[in-house]
Amino acid sequence: MQLNSLTAHELHDKLVNKEVSSVEITEDVFKRIDQVDDKVKAFVTLTKEQALAKAAEVDARISGGDKIGPLEGIPVVIKDNMCTEGVLTTCSSKMLHNFVPPYSATVVEKLQAAGAVIVGKANMDEFAMGSSTENSRFFSTRNPWDTDCVPGGSSGGSAASVAADETIYSLGSDTGGSIRQPASFCGVVGLKPTYGTVSRYGLIAYASSLDQIGPFAKDVRDCAQIFNVIAGHDPKDSTSAEFEVPDYTSILTGDVKGLRIGIPKEYFIEGTDPKVLQLVQDAINKFEAMGAVCEEATLPHTEYALPVYYLIAPAEASSNLARYDGVRYGYRDETAEDMITMFKRTRSEGFGTEVKRRIMLGTYALSSGYYDAYYLKALKVRTLIRQDFDRAFEKFDLLISPTSPTPAFRFGEKADDPIQMYLSDVFTISLNLAGIPGISIPCGFSNGLPVGLQLMGKPFGEGTLFKAAHAFEQSTGYYKMKPNL
Amino acid sequence: MLTKKQVEHVALLARLELNEEEKEMYATQLSAILEYIDALEKLDTENVPPTAHVLPLKNVFREDSVCEHLPNEKALSNAPDKEENCFRVPKIQ
Repeated sequence: MQLNSLTAHELHDKLVNKEVSSVEITEDVFKRIDQVDDKVKAFVTLTKEQALAKAAEVDARISGGDKIGPLEGIPVVIKDNMCTEGVLTTCSSKMLHNFVPPYSATVVEKLQAAGAVIVGKANMDEFAMGSSTENSRFFSTRNPWDTDCVPGGSSGGSAASVAADETIYSLGSDTGGSIRQPASFCGVVGLKPTYGTVSRYGLIAYASSLDQIGPFAKDVRDCAQIFNVIAGHDPKDSTSAEFEVPDYTSILTGDVKGLRIGIPKEYFIEGTDPKVLQLVQDAINKFEAMGAVCEEATLPHTEYALPVYYLIAPAEASSNLARYDGVRYGYRDETAEDMITMFKRTRSEGFGTEVKRRIMLGTYALSSGYYDAYYLKALKVRTLIRQDFDRAFEKFDLLISPTSPTPAFRFGEKADDPIQMYLSDVFTISLNLAGIPGISIPCGFSNGLPVGLQLMGKPFGEGTLFKAAHAFEQSTGYYKMKPNL
Repeated sequence: MLTKKQVEHVALLARLELNEEEKEMYATQLSAILEYIDALEKLDTENVPPTAHVLPLKNVFREDSVCEHLPNEKALSNAPDKEENCFRVPKIQ
Protein backbone atom coordinates (compact mmCIF):
# COMPACT_ATOMS: atom_id res chain seq x y z
CA MET A 1 0.00 0.00 0.00
CA GLN A 2 1.16 3.53 -0.68
CA LEU A 3 0.88 5.11 2.72
CA ASN A 4 1.74 8.56 1.36
CA SER A 5 -1.67 8.78 -0.35
CA LEU A 6 -3.65 8.42 2.90
CA THR A 7 -4.94 11.09 5.28
CA ALA A 8 -3.50 11.86 8.71
CA HIS A 9 -6.50 10.37 10.52
CA GLU A 10 -6.31 7.16 8.47
CA LEU A 11 -2.60 6.87 9.20
CA HIS A 12 -3.10 7.68 12.87
CA ASP A 13 -5.51 4.73 13.19
CA LYS A 14 -2.99 2.46 11.48
CA LEU A 15 -0.20 3.65 13.78
CA VAL A 16 -2.32 3.08 16.87
CA ASN A 17 -3.26 -0.42 15.65
CA LYS A 18 0.42 -1.08 14.90
CA GLU A 19 -0.41 -1.93 11.28
CA VAL A 20 2.27 0.45 10.04
CA SER A 21 5.19 2.41 11.47
CA SER A 22 5.98 6.09 11.14
CA VAL A 23 9.25 5.14 9.43
CA GLU A 24 7.29 3.21 6.77
CA ILE A 25 4.99 6.20 6.21
CA THR A 26 7.96 8.56 5.98
CA GLU A 27 9.82 6.23 3.60
CA ASP A 28 6.77 6.07 1.33
CA VAL A 29 6.64 9.87 1.30
CA PHE A 30 10.29 10.17 0.26
CA LYS A 31 9.90 7.38 -2.31
CA ARG A 32 7.05 9.37 -3.85
CA ILE A 33 9.15 12.53 -3.82
CA ASP A 34 11.92 10.65 -5.66
CA GLN A 35 9.39 9.47 -8.23
CA VAL A 36 7.49 12.66 -9.00
CA ASP A 37 9.22 15.76 -7.68
CA ASP A 38 11.31 16.31 -10.80
CA LYS A 39 7.92 16.96 -12.45
CA VAL A 40 6.22 18.86 -9.59
CA LYS A 41 9.22 20.71 -8.09
CA ALA A 42 7.47 21.49 -4.83
CA PHE A 43 10.51 21.68 -2.57
CA VAL A 44 13.27 24.14 -1.86
CA THR A 45 14.77 21.94 0.88
CA LEU A 46 14.24 18.32 1.96
CA THR A 47 15.05 17.18 5.49
CA LYS A 48 15.02 13.41 4.99
CA GLU A 49 17.56 12.51 7.66
CA GLN A 50 15.84 14.49 10.42
CA ALA A 51 12.44 13.20 9.25
CA LEU A 52 13.44 9.55 9.48
CA ALA A 53 15.07 10.13 12.88
CA LYS A 54 11.88 11.76 14.17
CA ALA A 55 9.77 8.92 12.74
CA ALA A 56 11.96 6.32 14.46
CA GLU A 57 11.54 8.25 17.72
CA VAL A 58 7.75 8.08 17.40
CA ASP A 59 7.89 4.38 16.53
CA ALA A 60 9.91 3.76 19.69
CA ARG A 61 7.26 5.57 21.71
CA ILE A 62 4.52 3.45 20.18
CA SER A 63 6.33 0.16 20.82
CA GLY A 64 7.01 1.38 24.35
CA GLY A 65 3.24 1.50 24.84
CA ASP A 66 2.87 5.31 24.82
CA LYS A 67 -0.38 6.85 23.65
CA ILE A 68 0.29 9.04 20.60
CA GLY A 69 -1.38 12.27 19.49
CA PRO A 70 -3.34 12.64 16.24
CA LEU A 71 -0.46 14.21 14.26
CA GLU A 72 2.32 12.22 15.89
CA GLY A 73 4.54 10.42 13.37
CA ILE A 74 2.72 12.01 10.42
CA PRO A 75 4.75 13.78 7.70
CA VAL A 76 4.22 17.52 7.07
CA VAL A 77 5.66 20.09 4.66
CA ILE A 78 6.25 23.71 5.74
CA LYS A 79 6.11 26.73 3.44
CA ASP A 80 9.56 28.25 3.16
CA ASN A 81 8.56 31.49 4.87
CA MET A 82 8.23 29.89 8.32
CA CYS A 83 11.42 29.78 10.35
CA THR A 84 12.82 26.33 11.12
CA GLU A 85 15.77 26.38 13.49
CA GLY A 86 18.88 25.02 11.78
CA VAL A 87 17.05 24.43 8.46
CA LEU A 88 17.40 26.81 5.51
CA THR A 89 14.43 29.23 5.23
CA THR A 90 14.60 31.20 1.99
CA CYS A 91 11.18 32.74 1.20
CA SER A 92 12.18 31.54 -2.31
CA SER A 93 14.28 34.69 -2.53
CA LYS A 94 17.90 35.39 -3.40
CA MET A 95 17.74 37.77 -0.44
CA LEU A 96 17.47 34.84 2.00
CA HIS A 97 19.14 32.14 -0.12
CA ASN A 98 21.54 31.31 2.73
CA PHE A 99 19.41 32.14 5.79
CA VAL A 100 19.45 29.47 8.50
CA PRO A 101 17.14 30.70 11.28
CA PRO A 102 18.48 30.59 14.84
CA TYR A 103 14.93 29.89 16.13
CA SER A 104 11.68 28.25 15.00
CA ALA A 105 8.27 29.77 14.31
CA THR A 106 5.64 29.05 16.97
CA VAL A 107 3.65 26.88 14.52
CA VAL A 108 6.78 24.80 13.85
CA GLU A 109 7.38 24.39 17.57
CA LYS A 110 3.74 23.39 18.06
CA LEU A 111 3.93 20.78 15.31
CA GLN A 112 7.22 19.44 16.67
CA ALA A 113 5.71 19.21 20.15
CA ALA A 114 2.81 17.29 18.57
CA GLY A 115 5.30 14.79 17.12
CA ALA A 116 5.10 15.88 13.47
CA VAL A 117 7.67 14.57 10.98
CA ILE A 118 8.94 17.52 8.91
CA VAL A 119 9.63 16.44 5.31
CA GLY A 120 10.96 19.72 3.96
CA LYS A 121 10.33 23.32 2.99
CA ALA A 122 7.97 24.21 0.16
CA ASN A 123 8.60 26.52 -2.79
CA MET A 124 6.54 29.73 -2.96
CA ASP A 125 6.26 33.07 -4.71
CA GLU A 126 9.13 35.21 -3.46
CA PHE A 127 8.19 36.69 -0.06
CA ALA A 128 4.65 35.30 -0.64
CA MET A 129 3.98 37.88 -3.37
CA GLY A 130 2.22 36.23 -6.26
CA SER A 131 -0.57 33.92 -7.35
CA SER A 132 1.25 31.30 -9.42
CA THR A 133 4.59 30.45 -7.72
CA GLU A 134 6.22 31.78 -10.92
CA ASN A 135 7.79 34.51 -8.76
CA SER A 136 10.04 32.02 -6.91
CA ARG A 137 13.62 33.09 -7.59
CA PHE A 138 14.66 29.42 -7.81
CA PHE A 139 12.16 27.60 -10.08
CA SER A 140 8.43 27.31 -10.72
CA THR A 141 6.35 24.61 -9.06
CA ARG A 142 3.99 22.76 -11.42
CA ASN A 143 0.39 21.75 -10.98
CA PRO A 144 0.17 17.96 -10.38
CA TRP A 145 -3.07 17.82 -12.41
CA ASP A 146 -1.41 19.35 -15.49
CA THR A 147 2.27 20.17 -15.35
CA ASP A 148 1.82 22.87 -18.04
CA CYS A 149 -0.28 24.80 -15.52
CA VAL A 150 0.62 26.77 -12.41
CA PRO A 151 -0.22 25.37 -8.96
CA GLY A 152 -1.47 28.77 -7.84
CA GLY A 153 0.29 30.83 -5.24
CA SER A 154 1.83 32.05 -3.25
CA SER A 155 1.80 28.73 -1.30
CA GLY A 156 2.18 26.73 -4.54
CA GLY A 157 4.69 24.19 -3.22
CA SER A 158 2.62 23.51 -0.09
CA ALA A 159 -0.51 22.87 -2.18
CA ALA A 160 1.20 20.83 -4.93
CA SER A 161 3.05 18.60 -2.46
CA VAL A 162 -0.26 17.59 -0.81
CA ALA A 163 -2.02 17.08 -4.16
CA ALA A 164 0.88 14.95 -5.45
CA ASP A 165 0.91 12.83 -2.25
CA GLU A 166 4.48 13.96 -1.54
CA THR A 167 3.31 14.63 2.02
CA ILE A 168 0.24 14.00 4.17
CA TYR A 169 -0.45 17.67 4.85
CA SER A 170 1.31 21.02 4.80
CA LEU A 171 1.27 24.56 6.12
CA GLY A 172 0.94 27.67 4.01
CA SER A 173 0.28 31.34 4.61
CA ASP A 174 -2.52 33.48 3.20
CA THR A 175 -2.32 37.27 2.83
CA GLY A 176 -4.84 37.73 -0.01
CA GLY A 177 -5.68 34.15 -1.02
CA SER A 178 -2.30 32.40 -0.92
CA ILE A 179 -3.71 29.26 0.74
CA ARG A 180 -7.21 29.11 -0.75
CA GLN A 181 -6.34 29.86 -4.40
CA PRO A 182 -3.59 27.18 -4.68
CA ALA A 183 -5.82 24.74 -2.75
CA SER A 184 -8.48 25.40 -5.40
CA PHE A 185 -6.00 25.00 -8.30
CA CYS A 186 -4.54 21.76 -6.87
CA GLY A 187 -7.78 20.14 -5.68
CA VAL A 188 -7.03 20.01 -1.95
CA VAL A 189 -8.55 21.51 1.20
CA GLY A 190 -7.05 24.84 2.32
CA LEU A 191 -8.00 26.99 5.31
CA LYS A 192 -7.28 30.67 5.91
CA PRO A 193 -8.14 31.00 9.61
CA THR A 194 -9.53 34.06 11.39
CA TYR A 195 -6.84 36.72 11.80
CA GLY A 196 -5.13 36.23 15.15
CA THR A 197 -6.02 32.56 15.70
CA VAL A 198 -2.63 31.20 14.59
CA SER A 199 0.57 32.80 15.84
CA ARG A 200 2.64 34.68 13.25
CA TYR A 201 5.79 34.51 15.39
CA GLY A 202 8.54 33.28 13.07
CA LEU A 203 6.45 33.74 9.92
CA ILE A 204 8.51 36.02 7.68
CA ALA A 205 6.23 39.03 7.34
CA TYR A 206 4.70 40.25 4.09
CA ALA A 207 1.68 42.34 5.20
CA SER A 208 1.30 41.95 8.94
CA SER A 209 -2.34 43.02 9.30
CA LEU A 210 -3.39 40.43 6.67
CA ASP A 211 -0.95 37.47 6.95
CA GLN A 212 -2.29 34.28 8.50
CA ILE A 213 -0.89 30.74 8.61
CA GLY A 214 -3.16 27.79 7.80
CA PRO A 215 -3.24 24.14 6.73
CA PHE A 216 -3.49 22.28 3.42
CA ALA A 217 -5.02 18.82 3.82
CA LYS A 218 -6.48 15.91 1.87
CA ASP A 219 -9.82 16.14 3.65
CA VAL A 220 -11.72 18.41 6.03
CA ARG A 221 -11.23 16.15 9.07
CA ASP A 222 -7.45 16.48 8.73
CA CYS A 223 -7.78 20.22 8.21
CA ALA A 224 -9.78 20.54 11.45
CA GLN A 225 -7.30 18.34 13.30
CA ILE A 226 -4.30 20.39 12.15
CA PHE A 227 -6.11 23.60 13.13
CA ASN A 228 -6.72 22.10 16.60
CA VAL A 229 -2.95 21.84 16.99
CA ILE A 230 -1.74 25.13 15.48
CA ALA A 231 -4.45 27.51 16.79
CA GLY A 232 -4.20 29.35 20.08
CA HIS A 233 -2.90 32.45 21.79
CA ASP A 234 0.85 33.11 21.70
CA PRO A 235 2.46 35.72 23.96
CA LYS A 236 5.22 36.07 21.36
CA ASP A 237 2.73 37.49 18.82
CA SER A 238 1.14 40.68 20.14
CA THR A 239 -1.61 40.45 17.50
CA SER A 240 -2.55 36.95 18.62
CA ALA A 241 -6.15 36.59 19.85
CA GLU A 242 -7.18 35.20 23.24
CA PHE A 243 -9.83 32.54 22.63
CA GLU A 244 -10.79 29.00 23.54
CA VAL A 245 -9.73 26.34 21.02
CA PRO A 246 -12.47 23.69 20.95
CA ASP A 247 -11.96 20.24 19.43
CA TYR A 248 -12.92 21.14 15.87
CA THR A 249 -13.17 17.48 14.80
CA SER A 250 -16.06 16.94 17.23
CA ILE A 251 -18.19 19.33 15.15
CA LEU A 252 -18.07 17.19 11.98
CA THR A 253 -21.54 15.69 12.26
CA GLY A 254 -22.53 15.87 8.58
CA ASP A 255 -25.67 17.72 9.62
CA VAL A 256 -26.26 21.09 7.92
CA LYS A 257 -30.04 21.21 8.30
CA GLY A 258 -31.24 24.75 8.83
CA LEU A 259 -27.79 26.25 8.18
CA ARG A 260 -28.29 29.69 6.63
CA ILE A 261 -26.03 30.11 3.61
CA GLY A 262 -25.69 33.44 1.81
CA ILE A 263 -24.75 33.69 -1.86
CA PRO A 264 -23.12 37.10 -2.33
CA LYS A 265 -24.28 38.31 -5.73
CA GLU A 266 -21.14 40.41 -6.25
CA TYR A 267 -19.09 37.17 -6.41
CA PHE A 268 -20.93 35.86 -9.46
CA ILE A 269 -19.51 38.20 -12.04
CA GLU A 270 -18.73 38.36 -15.72
CA GLY A 271 -15.32 36.97 -16.55
CA THR A 272 -15.76 33.96 -14.31
CA ASP A 273 -15.35 30.64 -16.12
CA PRO A 274 -18.88 29.30 -16.91
CA LYS A 275 -17.93 25.81 -15.75
CA VAL A 276 -16.75 27.25 -12.40
CA LEU A 277 -20.09 29.05 -12.02
CA GLN A 278 -21.97 25.87 -12.85
CA LEU A 279 -20.02 23.79 -10.30
CA VAL A 280 -20.64 26.38 -7.59
CA GLN A 281 -24.35 26.36 -8.47
CA ASP A 282 -24.30 22.54 -8.21
CA ALA A 283 -22.72 22.91 -4.77
CA ILE A 284 -25.44 25.35 -3.69
CA ASN A 285 -28.08 22.84 -4.87
CA LYS A 286 -26.29 20.12 -2.92
CA PHE A 287 -26.37 22.18 0.28
CA GLU A 288 -30.08 22.85 -0.23
CA ALA A 289 -30.72 19.14 -0.79
CA MET A 290 -28.96 18.49 2.54
CA GLY A 291 -31.35 20.88 4.29
CA ALA A 292 -29.42 24.16 4.32
CA VAL A 293 -31.25 27.36 3.45
CA CYS A 294 -29.52 29.25 0.62
CA GLU A 295 -30.44 32.84 -0.22
CA GLU A 296 -28.93 35.76 -2.09
CA ALA A 297 -26.66 38.00 0.00
CA THR A 298 -24.96 41.27 -0.78
CA LEU A 299 -21.46 42.60 -0.07
CA PRO A 300 -21.79 45.95 -1.83
CA HIS A 301 -18.15 47.10 -1.54
CA THR A 302 -16.66 43.94 -3.09
CA GLU A 303 -15.40 45.76 -6.21
CA TYR A 304 -13.16 47.93 -4.02
CA ALA A 305 -11.42 45.04 -2.25
CA LEU A 306 -8.70 44.54 -4.83
CA PRO A 307 -7.71 48.24 -5.02
CA VAL A 308 -7.74 48.45 -1.20
CA TYR A 309 -5.56 45.35 -0.95
CA TYR A 310 -3.07 46.66 -3.49
CA LEU A 311 -2.54 49.74 -1.34
CA ILE A 312 -2.51 48.19 2.14
CA ALA A 313 -0.46 45.07 1.37
CA PRO A 314 2.33 46.85 -0.54
CA ALA A 315 2.38 49.64 2.07
CA GLU A 316 2.92 47.13 4.87
CA ALA A 317 5.36 45.18 2.70
CA SER A 318 7.49 48.24 1.92
CA SER A 319 7.88 48.74 5.65
CA ASN A 320 8.37 45.05 6.57
CA LEU A 321 10.94 44.48 3.83
CA ALA A 322 13.00 47.50 4.83
CA ARG A 323 14.84 45.15 7.19
CA TYR A 324 16.63 43.43 4.28
CA ASP A 325 19.73 45.57 4.06
CA GLY A 326 22.56 43.03 3.94
CA VAL A 327 23.71 43.83 7.48
CA ARG A 328 22.48 41.06 9.79
CA TYR A 329 21.55 38.10 7.58
CA GLY A 330 20.89 37.02 4.02
CA TYR A 331 22.39 38.29 0.79
CA ARG A 332 24.91 41.14 0.72
CA ASP A 333 26.42 42.84 -2.29
CA GLU A 334 30.18 42.67 -1.78
CA THR A 335 31.19 45.23 -4.40
CA ALA A 336 30.01 48.44 -2.72
CA GLU A 337 32.54 50.56 -0.87
CA ASP A 338 30.10 52.55 1.23
CA MET A 339 27.06 51.54 3.20
CA ILE A 340 24.25 53.30 1.28
CA THR A 341 25.47 51.83 -2.01
CA MET A 342 25.68 48.43 -0.28
CA PHE A 343 22.03 48.77 0.84
CA LYS A 344 20.87 49.71 -2.66
CA ARG A 345 22.78 47.02 -4.52
CA THR A 346 21.88 44.34 -1.98
CA ARG A 347 18.18 45.15 -2.25
CA SER A 348 18.17 45.59 -6.04
CA GLU A 349 19.88 42.24 -6.63
CA GLY A 350 18.35 40.39 -3.69
CA PHE A 351 14.69 41.13 -4.54
CA GLY A 352 12.92 39.99 -7.71
CA THR A 353 10.70 42.01 -10.05
CA GLU A 354 7.33 41.54 -8.27
CA VAL A 355 8.77 42.20 -4.82
CA LYS A 356 10.39 45.41 -6.06
CA ARG A 357 7.13 46.37 -7.79
CA ARG A 358 5.22 46.07 -4.51
CA ILE A 359 7.91 47.84 -2.49
CA MET A 360 7.78 50.71 -5.01
CA LEU A 361 3.99 50.83 -4.92
CA GLY A 362 3.89 50.77 -1.12
CA THR A 363 6.62 53.36 -0.75
CA TYR A 364 4.77 55.64 -3.16
CA ALA A 365 1.44 55.19 -1.33
CA LEU A 366 3.06 56.07 2.00
CA SER A 367 5.21 58.92 0.70
CA SER A 368 4.73 62.52 1.67
CA GLY A 369 1.74 64.09 -0.11
CA TYR A 370 0.09 60.79 -1.08
CA TYR A 371 -0.58 59.20 2.31
CA ASP A 372 -4.11 60.59 2.74
CA ALA A 373 -5.18 60.04 -0.85
CA TYR A 374 -4.01 56.44 -0.98
CA TYR A 375 -3.18 54.71 2.29
CA LEU A 376 -5.68 56.44 4.59
CA LYS A 377 -8.39 56.17 1.94
CA ALA A 378 -7.71 52.43 1.67
CA LEU A 379 -7.97 51.97 5.45
CA LYS A 380 -11.35 53.71 5.40
CA VAL A 381 -12.69 51.56 2.60
CA ARG A 382 -11.39 48.55 4.51
CA THR A 383 -13.88 49.52 7.24
CA LEU A 384 -16.72 49.52 4.69
CA ILE A 385 -15.69 46.03 3.51
CA ARG A 386 -15.71 44.74 7.09
CA GLN A 387 -19.11 46.27 7.70
CA ASP A 388 -20.48 44.49 4.61
CA PHE A 389 -19.52 41.16 6.19
CA ASP A 390 -20.86 42.16 9.63
CA ARG A 391 -24.23 42.92 8.04
CA ALA A 392 -24.28 39.72 5.97
CA PHE A 393 -23.47 37.59 9.02
CA GLU A 394 -26.43 39.05 10.92
CA LYS A 395 -28.54 37.03 8.51
CA PHE A 396 -26.30 34.13 7.46
CA ASP A 397 -24.12 31.51 9.16
CA LEU A 398 -21.77 31.38 6.21
CA LEU A 399 -21.29 32.67 2.68
CA ILE A 400 -20.40 30.69 -0.40
CA SER A 401 -18.55 31.57 -3.65
CA PRO A 402 -16.03 30.27 -6.14
CA THR A 403 -12.49 30.37 -4.68
CA SER A 404 -11.02 31.75 -7.91
CA PRO A 405 -12.69 32.90 -11.15
CA THR A 406 -10.89 30.21 -13.20
CA PRO A 407 -9.14 26.87 -12.76
CA ALA A 408 -5.32 26.80 -12.92
CA PHE A 409 -3.89 28.84 -15.81
CA ARG A 410 -0.83 28.13 -17.95
CA PHE A 411 2.71 29.24 -17.21
CA GLY A 412 3.40 32.71 -18.58
CA GLU A 413 -0.28 33.40 -19.27
CA LYS A 414 -0.52 36.24 -16.73
CA ALA A 415 3.13 36.79 -15.87
CA ASP A 416 3.49 40.06 -17.81
CA ASP A 417 0.26 41.69 -16.67
CA PRO A 418 0.22 42.36 -12.92
CA ILE A 419 -3.46 43.35 -12.82
CA GLN A 420 -4.61 40.18 -14.61
CA MET A 421 -2.57 38.15 -12.13
CA TYR A 422 -4.03 40.09 -9.17
CA LEU A 423 -7.57 39.36 -10.44
CA SER A 424 -7.16 35.64 -9.73
CA ASP A 425 -7.45 36.60 -6.04
CA VAL A 426 -10.58 38.75 -6.49
CA PHE A 427 -12.80 36.39 -4.42
CA THR A 428 -10.32 35.70 -1.63
CA ILE A 429 -8.88 39.12 -0.81
CA SER A 430 -11.89 40.60 1.02
CA LEU A 431 -11.63 37.94 3.74
CA ASN A 432 -8.10 39.02 4.65
CA LEU A 433 -9.18 42.66 4.76
CA ALA A 434 -12.09 41.74 7.08
CA GLY A 435 -10.03 39.22 9.09
CA ILE A 436 -12.64 36.46 8.66
CA PRO A 437 -11.95 32.75 7.99
CA GLY A 438 -12.35 31.03 4.63
CA ILE A 439 -11.91 27.48 3.42
CA SER A 440 -11.50 26.17 -0.12
CA ILE A 441 -12.70 22.64 -0.84
CA PRO A 442 -12.78 20.69 -4.12
CA CYS A 443 -16.17 20.95 -5.88
CA GLY A 444 -15.52 19.35 -9.28
CA PHE A 445 -13.43 19.66 -12.41
CA SER A 446 -13.26 21.88 -15.48
CA ASN A 447 -11.40 20.21 -18.39
CA GLY A 448 -9.59 17.92 -16.00
CA LEU A 449 -8.51 20.74 -13.66
CA PRO A 450 -9.84 21.01 -10.10
CA VAL A 451 -12.22 23.80 -9.10
CA GLY A 452 -12.52 25.10 -5.55
CA LEU A 453 -15.54 26.20 -3.55
CA GLN A 454 -14.97 28.92 -0.97
CA LEU A 455 -16.92 29.01 2.28
CA MET A 456 -16.61 32.21 4.34
CA GLY A 457 -17.35 32.32 8.05
CA LYS A 458 -17.83 34.72 10.93
CA PRO A 459 -14.73 35.70 12.92
CA PHE A 460 -13.75 32.62 14.97
CA GLY A 461 -16.42 30.66 13.07
CA GLU A 462 -14.06 27.93 11.81
CA GLY A 463 -16.28 25.29 13.43
CA THR A 464 -19.21 26.15 11.16
CA LEU A 465 -16.91 26.16 8.11
CA PHE A 466 -15.53 22.72 8.96
CA LYS A 467 -19.00 21.32 9.60
CA ALA A 468 -20.42 22.55 6.28
CA ALA A 469 -17.27 21.70 4.30
CA HIS A 470 -17.17 18.20 5.77
CA ALA A 471 -20.84 17.54 4.98
CA PHE A 472 -20.33 18.67 1.38
CA GLU A 473 -17.13 16.70 0.95
CA GLN A 474 -18.60 13.47 2.31
CA SER A 475 -21.64 13.71 0.07
CA THR A 476 -19.68 14.48 -3.12
CA GLY A 477 -16.34 12.69 -2.81
CA TYR A 478 -14.31 15.00 -5.12
CA TYR A 479 -11.58 15.09 -2.50
CA LYS A 480 -10.78 11.43 -3.23
CA MET A 481 -9.74 12.15 -6.83
CA LYS A 482 -5.98 11.96 -7.45
CA PRO A 483 -3.90 13.39 -10.32
CA ASN A 484 -2.07 11.05 -12.72
CA LEU A 485 1.61 11.83 -12.40
CA MET B 1 1.08 58.66 -15.35
CA LEU B 2 4.12 58.39 -13.12
CA THR B 3 7.12 60.22 -14.53
CA LYS B 4 10.61 58.76 -14.65
CA LYS B 5 11.62 61.36 -12.10
CA GLN B 6 8.92 60.19 -9.66
CA VAL B 7 10.01 56.58 -10.13
CA GLU B 8 13.59 57.58 -9.36
CA HIS B 9 12.46 59.42 -6.22
CA VAL B 10 10.44 56.44 -4.94
CA ALA B 11 13.34 54.07 -5.71
CA LEU B 12 15.63 56.30 -3.67
CA LEU B 13 13.21 56.26 -0.72
CA ALA B 14 13.04 52.46 -0.96
CA ARG B 15 16.83 52.13 -1.34
CA LEU B 16 16.52 50.46 -4.71
CA GLU B 17 18.79 50.99 -7.70
CA LEU B 18 16.89 50.62 -10.97
CA ASN B 19 18.28 50.43 -14.49
CA GLU B 20 16.69 52.41 -17.34
CA GLU B 21 14.61 49.47 -18.50
CA GLU B 22 13.25 48.85 -14.99
CA LYS B 23 12.44 52.54 -14.54
CA GLU B 24 10.36 52.48 -17.70
CA MET B 25 8.65 49.21 -16.79
CA TYR B 26 7.74 50.33 -13.28
CA ALA B 27 6.55 53.75 -14.51
CA THR B 28 4.11 52.05 -16.89
CA GLN B 29 3.00 49.25 -14.56
CA LEU B 30 2.68 51.37 -11.42
CA SER B 31 0.67 53.95 -13.39
CA ALA B 32 -1.71 51.21 -14.55
CA ILE B 33 -2.10 49.89 -11.00
CA LEU B 34 -2.66 53.39 -9.60
CA GLU B 35 -5.25 54.06 -12.26
CA TYR B 36 -7.02 50.87 -11.21
CA ILE B 37 -6.81 51.98 -7.59
CA ASP B 38 -8.35 55.36 -8.45
CA ALA B 39 -11.74 53.57 -8.38
CA LEU B 40 -11.68 54.25 -4.63
CA GLU B 41 -12.16 57.97 -5.29
CA LYS B 42 -15.80 57.29 -6.18
CA LEU B 43 -16.57 56.43 -2.56
CA ASP B 44 -17.45 59.05 0.00
CA THR B 45 -15.45 58.11 3.11
CA GLU B 46 -15.67 61.47 4.87
CA ASN B 47 -17.22 59.99 8.04
CA VAL B 48 -15.77 56.49 7.90
CA PRO B 49 -13.15 55.60 10.51
CA PRO B 50 -10.03 53.81 9.21
CA THR B 51 -9.34 50.13 10.00
CA ALA B 52 -5.62 49.57 10.46
CA HIS B 53 -6.21 46.29 12.21
CA VAL B 54 -9.20 43.92 12.48
CA LEU B 55 -8.81 42.82 16.10
CA PRO B 56 -9.91 45.14 18.91
CA LEU B 57 -6.38 45.13 20.36
CA LYS B 58 -4.91 47.94 22.42
CA ASN B 59 -1.41 47.92 23.87
CA VAL B 60 -0.36 44.44 24.89
CA PHE B 61 1.72 44.48 28.05
CA ARG B 62 3.78 41.88 29.83
CA GLU B 63 5.73 41.79 33.06
CA ASP B 64 9.05 43.62 32.79
CA SER B 65 11.07 40.55 33.63
CA VAL B 66 14.20 39.06 32.11
CA CYS B 67 13.31 36.31 29.62
CA GLU B 68 15.24 33.98 27.41
CA HIS B 69 16.86 35.70 24.47
CA LEU B 70 19.06 34.75 21.54
CA PRO B 71 22.70 34.45 22.59
CA ASN B 72 25.02 36.81 20.65
CA GLU B 73 26.64 33.93 18.84
CA LYS B 74 23.31 32.76 17.41
CA ALA B 75 22.18 36.30 16.59
CA LEU B 76 25.39 36.78 14.62
CA SER B 77 25.32 33.35 12.98
CA ASN B 78 23.90 34.66 9.69
CA ALA B 79 25.93 37.87 9.51
CA PRO B 80 27.54 38.45 6.11
CA ASP B 81 30.45 40.05 7.98
CA LYS B 82 31.20 40.40 11.69
CA GLU B 83 33.93 41.46 14.06
CA GLU B 84 34.23 41.16 17.85
CA ASN B 85 30.56 40.37 18.50
CA CYS B 86 29.35 43.10 16.13
CA PHE B 87 27.89 43.24 12.62
CA ARG B 88 30.50 44.72 10.28
CA VAL B 89 29.44 47.04 7.42
CA PRO B 90 31.26 49.07 4.76
CA LYS B 91 32.21 52.62 5.73
CA ILE B 92 29.42 55.14 6.20
CA GLN B 93 29.92 58.19 3.99
